[in-house]
Amino acid sequence: MRRRDMIAGAGAGLLAPAAFAAETMRLPAELPDGTRQIARFVNLPDKRRLIELTDRPPNYETPIDVFTNMVTPNDRFFVRYHLPGIPTPEELNNWSLTVGGNAIGKPVRLKMSDLLDLPSVEVLAVCQCAGNRRGLSEPHVAGVEWGDGAMGAAVWRGPALRDVLKSVDIKPDALEVVLGGADKPVMEGTPAFRKSIPLEKAMDPNTIVAISMNNAPLPLLNGYPARLVISGWVGTYWMKHLTSIEVSSTPLTNFWMKSAYRVPAGMFPVDHPFKSQVTEANVPITEIVVNSLIADPLDGNEVDRAGFTIRGVAWDRGAGINRVEVSLDGGRSWRDALLGPPLGPFAYRRFSVATDLMRPGTLQLVSRATSNTGEKQVDRLKVNPAGYHNNLPRPISVNVT
Amino acid sequence: MRTFTVALALLAGHSALAADVPLKPGPGDDTTSATCSACHTSNYIIMNSGFLTPDGWKAEVTKMRVAFGAPIDDATAAEITAYLAKTYAAAPKP
Repeated sequence: MRRRDMIAGAGAGLLAPAAFAAETMRLPAELPDGTRQIARFVNLPDKRRLIELTDRPPNYETPIDVFTNMVTPNDRFFVRYHLPGIPTPEELNNWSLTVGGNAIGKPVRLKMSDLLDLPSVEVLAVCQCAGNRRGLSEPHVAGVEWGDGAMGAAVWRGPALRDVLKSVDIKPDALEVVLGGADKPVMEGTPAFRKSIPLEKAMDPNTIVAISMNNAPLPLLNGYPARLVISGWVGTYWMKHLTSIEVSSTPLTNFWMKSAYRVPAGMFPVDHPFKSQVTEANVPITEIVVNSLIADPLDGNEVDRAGFTIRGVAWDRGAGINRVEVSLDGGRSWRDALLGPPLGPFAYRRFSVATDLMRPGTLQLVSRATSNTGEKQVDRLKVNPAGYHNNLPRPISVNVT
Repeated sequence: MRTFTVALALLAGHSALAADVPLKPGPGDDTTSATCSACHTSNYIIMNSGFLTPDGWKAEVTKMRVAFGAPIDDATAAEITAYLAKTYAAAPKP
């Protein structure tokens, strides 16, 4: 055996499977061709078989088949960063969290032991990137060209943010809570990734400082040792490697609030507008839109004509899922799916449909969900500049044999 | 030799070396690669190829300079923009 063969063998063993072609990965055909060229399966130090889009900054998505689970395992959970300076575990050894800002009395510095001393709450919540499915948008728009997997659900545990904020005196003029993390840009001129949330959302009992994810420490790439969890809101506010919380009397006006993560005014109705960040033209993207995904079978699969089961998940901003319909004929006719037990307002809701005996051929499967407040998935994509909130029902094809 | 390189890339896991599909050759390729990779993998370029118009690429380069503070002078920006527009823009509509 020649040396290069040995190395090739070792590589294949470390990073199964060896085949990285888009077809093997079942990447959606709707993705840009360039995206299909660069996407590949990878294993990382505490991650297994994720789809790499970019490694610097790290952006990895979860393959669709993982969503047959109502809880996404930590080692399959998607990764999204804007900036390439990821803190090392060593840098995080002396981690602390400062709570300050102009709308509090005396600032405090909290250690992990301080967080552990506070009452702990637990929430099973979906974390979804605002740009999930951006790559499926037609027309395509610039950005990280995500397929379906820039999302996951985990059991997050830690103190409620409102309990953390009890360690300081909040002044009556407090307006926003500004969050900062340990990830950093490489260029001096690049705006640090900081986000703000309204004070009311900070006081929501389902907004927590998570120090545990699925009963384990957070993986480094999901924000170790602490990240914010803002149940029902898109992931951009879920600050990873949380190191600073500032209670402020003025709106945060950086690039990440004023230019990025905004949607046209009126396009996506919300229950609680983020008033201090609203302009006439556009508003910050906040509450998750109702959505669903078929996780089994996968696009292109062969299925048994004697009958097979369609399984998937539906989710929304926290109203809960009321109904999921499934079509086997590309949306011409629909039947109600069986819903699994509700696992919490912010969790995935399982749905399934068992088919009867059928003739061989091709079926086009689609799912569409309705929330408990009557919000439905759209019939036509709401086109917006950054490709956010894509909840158009997703047709997939299967071959009945 | 190709096998050897691929295997090394696999072993390197998620290093920048492993992921980078090389940019297509052409005037400005080296400048583009060297400049952009200061902050991000060139996969960002390939991932977004084939649908942005030349003006779309120009807007991306401007965004990197203005919004992200990339220290790129006008001449370099023009060279990168021309390369991206020529190499990775959408095919003109028939």
